[in-house]
Amino acid sequence: MTDTAQSETALDAPSEVPAVGIHGITKRFGDVVAVDDITLNIADGEFFALLGPSGCGKTTTLRMIAGLEFPTEGSLQIFGQEVGTLPPNKRPVNTVFQNYALFPHLNINDNVGFGLKMQKVPKRDISSRVEEALAMVRLTHMGMRKPTQLSGGQQQRIALARALVNRPKVLLLDEPLGALDLKLRQEMQGELKSLQRELGITFVFVTHDQEEALTMSDRIAVMDRGQLLQVDPPEAIYERPVNRFVADFIGQTNLLEGTVQDRSTVCLLNGARIPLETGLEPGTQVAVILRPERATIGLRSDTAVGRSSVDGVVKSITYLGNAIVYHVGLDWMELEVREENRPDAHRLDVGDEVTVSWDDRAVAVVSE
Amino acid sequence: MTVLDSPSSAPPPESVGLPVEDADVATPEFERAAERAASRRGFLIALPAYAYLVLFFAIPLVIVMVYSFGTRNRFGDTELANWNLDAYRKLTEPLVRDIFFRSLWLAILTTVICLVIAYPFAYFLATRTPTVRNVMLVFVMIPFWSNFLVRNFAWRVILGTDGPFSRTTQALGLGESRILFTPTAVVLGLVYGFLPFMILPLYAAIERIDLGLVEASRDLYASGWQTFRRVLLPLSMPGVIAGSILVFIPSLGAYVTPEILGGAKTTLMGSYIVTQFLTARNWPVGASLSFTLTVIMLFATILYFRKGGRTL
Repeated sequence: MTDTAQSETALDAPSEVPAVGIHGITKRFGDVVAVDDITLNIADGEFFALLGPSGCGKTTTLRMIAGLEFPTEGSLQIFGQEVGTLPPNKRPVNTVFQNYALFPHLNINDNVGFGLKMQKVPKRDISSRVEEALAMVRLTHMGMRKPTQLSGGQQQRIALARALVNRPKVLLLDEPLGALDLKLRQEMQGELKSLQRELGITFVFVTHDQEEALTMSDRIAVMDRGQLLQVDPPEAIYERPVNRFVADFIGQTNLLEGTVQDRSTVCLLNGARIPLETGLEPGTQVAVILRPERATIGLRSDTAVGRSSVDGVVKSITYLGNAIVYHVGLDWMELEVREENRPDAHRLDVGDEVTVSWDDRAVAVVSE
Repeated sequence: MTVLDSPSSAPPPESVGLPVEDADVATPEFERAAERAASRRGFLIALPAYAYLVLFFAIPLVIVMVYSFGTRNRFGDTELANWNLDAYRKLTEPLVRDIFFRSLWLAILTTVICLVIAYPFAYFLATRTPTVRNVMLVFVMIPFWSNFLVRNFAWRVILGTDGPFSRTTQALGLGESRILFTPTAVVLGLVYGFLPFMILPLYAAIERIDLGLVEASRDLYASGWQTFRRVLLPLSMPGVIAGSILVFIPSLGAYVTPEILGGAKTTLMGSYIVTQFLTARNWPVGASLSFTLTVIMLFATILYFRKGGRTL
């Protein structure tokens, strides 16, 4: 699994020195392997997401870059400088913490200016840079308040300003939007993205929210159980996942089990043959990835050329407002099909006998 | 002090509680009545504590104050007829002044030493897993299981000329130890006795601090020392203040430890006051010393809290 990730990264890695270079990093806590031999290069100016379920090692990876944990094995470089066991205060990186970690005894100005003060920046420069940073997150005139007097969204911006005021070479964000409600989160996603583009700083952010990762990042690293499964731009992650886990974790997925019959055919579990170029040995167990929005549903009918289909019965219907999700029972599994809620859409009922079809070019296949 | 004011305006006890008749009409009058009822309840709850403080603290203090203005007659009895300040003049005598400053110095020294020892320990404790914490907290409490007096005598044995301490120094070729009956022994005994009173409030204060703040500070270029100075210390100030007061006050008035571990040259306030009452039978002087000490402690405490309050 890691081999795939490694070769992908090697191909994608830009020729210049990466902002963050991780080579064969392992982190063990006692007997528990939190991060298992990962290799990864994050390019300068990239918006990079570490994505995975909780406990997958993404936060540990971020904390090792920050210097809050030290790797058990391997080499970690920031712009070519080996930082393996360098304490956090000696690294040109700053972190936006999940719960913001604003100092409750200091006002906003002192919170934002903390890093500069510790670096012995002259007082005059501190106040002007703090003001600049507060303007950047659109929170001027708040300087004298205490963190507890701000709302969650405002605290989040202050945490961002407190990190960015130091002009770090790499900004680390640990689930920065996790505590915000949906509307505010979406707003902040856009803001973070444009801020990153403006500043040109490398952002590495950790999230368990696949949608957030897809929306914001230039590249995503999907992790599970301490291992790096895939490192790719969002489109590639979504369209060409390397294995079942990635396919299942990113977005909604129907996994149709089957076997490779020959170079260009996959035989599904129900015996249906669908044309698919897999490049895999005949006999290999595979799963065909059919995204719910890529399938079309209609009353029983013949399938057009260039499309494949399966027959089933509508089991239940979920109304989402902008879309309708049909849960279709096949003899051997259940499928989800998502239809846009257009006025001209033909509404189906539970119990309808239907045909689910898809364009042969719209599916991918995974073997692991 | 609204709590104290309320009984005067309190209606008969039957109506204590929320007014029922017009409970559904939310008028300012109704709100005020509810507030009054709440403060009455608060007073009732605090009543036993007030009674205790008045009976065993305020009244005795007034008695001490009255005696401090009295005069010792020839037979060692106190005459309260003519109030005067003679007893307080005694405070300016070099002997009393020396004893006072010695006590003050030893109390400050004890407090500082306790703070320096207790802080790292409390921090260590606060950052352990709950199981380890509980075990270690029990260790902190264990000395309380035996009598304070007994523990002080134990130190006398330990520090004595042929005690374990002296034998160790002799074995190391440092010669016989002569610590017992010196101020050093007194400070040692006081630190030993009062250390838990410093550890516990410090632990409680540090335990409440989000350790993520320490990480944030390190991430923002602060060294370990700067993190302590700028983040941990200010946030644990309530514990530092509480612990310091809990150690300083009993150290300043300490009697048992200096009596047992201190020599003739290390008479402290506590012992001197006892001498005035029991040996010299000069109650006015004893009372004036006690009263002055109490007032000094009171002001020191108020000042310390005020100062601490600002930094929080």
